Amino acid sequence: MEEKIEKVIESLGRRNIETELGGDPLGTEMILNVGPQHPATHGVLRLVLKLDGEYIVDAVPELGYLHRGKEKIAENMTFLEFLPHTDRMDYLAPLSNNTAYMLAVEKLFGIEAPKRAQYIRVIVSELSRIASHLVWLGTFAMDVGALTVFMWCFREREKILSIFDLVTGVRFTTSYTRIGGVAQDITDEAIHAIKEFIDNFPKELEQMEKLLNKNRIFIERTDGIGVITKEQAIDIGLSGPNLRAVGVPRDLRKDEPYLVYNELDFDIPVYEEGDCLARYYVRLDEMRESVKIVRQCIEKLPSGPVNADEPKATHPKKERIYTKMEELIHDFILTNFGGTPPVGEVYHAVENPKGELGFYIVSDGTGYPWRLKVRSPSFTNIQALPLMLKGYMIADLVAIIGSIDPVMGEADK
Amino acid sequence: MKDKVIEKLTSLFKDNIIEVSEFRGELTIVVKKEKILEICKFLKEDQELSFDYLVDICGVDYYREKNRFAVVYNLWSLKNKFRLRLKVYADEPDLVVPSVTSVWSAANWHERETFDMFGIKFSGHPDLRRIYMPEDFEYYPLRKDFPLQGIPGSIPLPGQEKVKIQRD
Repeated sequence: MEEKIEKVIESLGRRNIETELGGDPLGTEMILNVGPQHPATHGVLRLVLKLDGEYIVDAVPELGYLHRGKEKIAENMTFLEFLPHTDRMDYLAPLSNNTAYMLAVEKLFGIEAPKRAQYIRVIVSELSRIASHLVWLGTFAMDVGALTVFMWCFREREKILSIFDLVTGVRFTTSYTRIGGVAQDITDEAIHAIKEFIDNFPKELEQMEKLLNKNRIFIERTDGIGVITKEQAIDIGLSGPNLRAVGVPRDLRKDEPYLVYNELDFDIPVYEEGDCLARYYVRLDEMRESVKIVRQCIEKLPSGPVNADEPKATHPKKERIYTKMEELIHDFILTNFGGTPPVGEVYHAVENPKGELGFYIVSDGTGYPWRLKVRSPSFTNIQALPLMLKGYMIADLVAIIGSIDPVMGEADK
Repeated sequence: MKDKVIEKLTSLFKDNIIEVSEFRGELTIVVKKEKILEICKFLKEDQELSFDYLVDICGVDYYREKNRFAVVYNLWSLKNKFRLRLKVYADEPDLVVPSVTSVWSAANWHERETFDMFGIKFSGHPDLRRIYMPEDFEYYPLRKDFPLQGIPGSIPLPGQEKVKIQRD
């Protein structure tokens, strides 16, 4: 009887799973491909997962789907021409990137922006930190199932984008900074809008917190999930809020003060747990600190020029180009050949919303960088992903990827 | 801090330190590439210096006869809040630099990126694959002899045969 059944099954074309899969008939180990086109991977991140049932045994992130060769492009244009490309790296905080890049270039040229320009740069980079964290908070909450927060975050971010419109003239790809200053001075209308925003924002943030802090689903999906230890985090080179969530108080605004951060009073929020929930708390506290910084900057904002008086490096004002011979020559030289920095190499890093964003520039004394390397925080943060994923369930995957806040435009360059 | 790093390194690794320079307040130390692993291990494990955080590794193509390629290590000491840049030179055909993944795991992807962009191989690296470019890509895009517009046909479109280009 049994033989007969087996023969019938064979004739139906049933496969012998036992021999085909090497003695693992239930297939407890499985390879799963997530991305690059997946809503939870926040861009074009691709993950190859090895699963044991629903548990993640191993994860291999694959990059390169958004690789545009920014570093190669940089070698073929002047220092100022590369500025719009920095907008397109961490596209959630373009103003931070502009500031970071210009600080590196200014370090190479050996010039410094006037005080007013430095204060404006701090204001816009802190506002973009809030905007970036709001996008993060909204998408992260949505990843774990809270949809309202997403709407509220984007409503608040919209206000910041309107402020950027007033300050820089555009909402998103700003290209606002210049060598030795900023493109245009900040207007009273913009200052008024910023004041109004920072007065209202803490209340709005509190409302968002009320939705999440005691939300049982949110807590259970983030508490104790994606834990990384302090030693692991330092070893793998995590930076930014992710590093501060494991109890390492590393913040370049305090450790290597740039711009006017040493004249401002603010704290570095640090949490010890190293899980998704700690990363959430760090970013929430950071937004409050940013509001504090912006408020101080507006109070202290000095008057004066917003561009350094360095004719060999900074572009002259338009109205002077048309009326003065000297400025016309400088403009011609700077536009066609770029300013001439000294031979040497510099590295300058700032605390971006995602972590340490650094530019390493090797100069051969011409107007074009010989080599420009972008040290992007998302790149190293994604490198730590396998450490956080191992041992958790596949349902935690979206929460963990969301919590480290990767931006692929920056990781792939 | 600066003097301490220079003093310790020069006393311990005498002839292996090629050059010590400073530009815009940043310390750069050029070392022999054979000793890089040893020096990195020392820098990390020394109690006083404790460069426990690797920020970045990148390659540079200087496009010259001798010392054409460089690998640049950007280190940070969490304890001392101090930045240090190490540099090694390498030349073709022996374009191999010892990997420092055993010292900092962070080096893994940075070295992969350097390999992908410059073709510098890292001996002892656990997983030296291309990271950005397709696996069957035959060139190293950040080298100075690679054109900005790319090499036509080097990345075939779907359904297209790969075009072989003779290089002289």
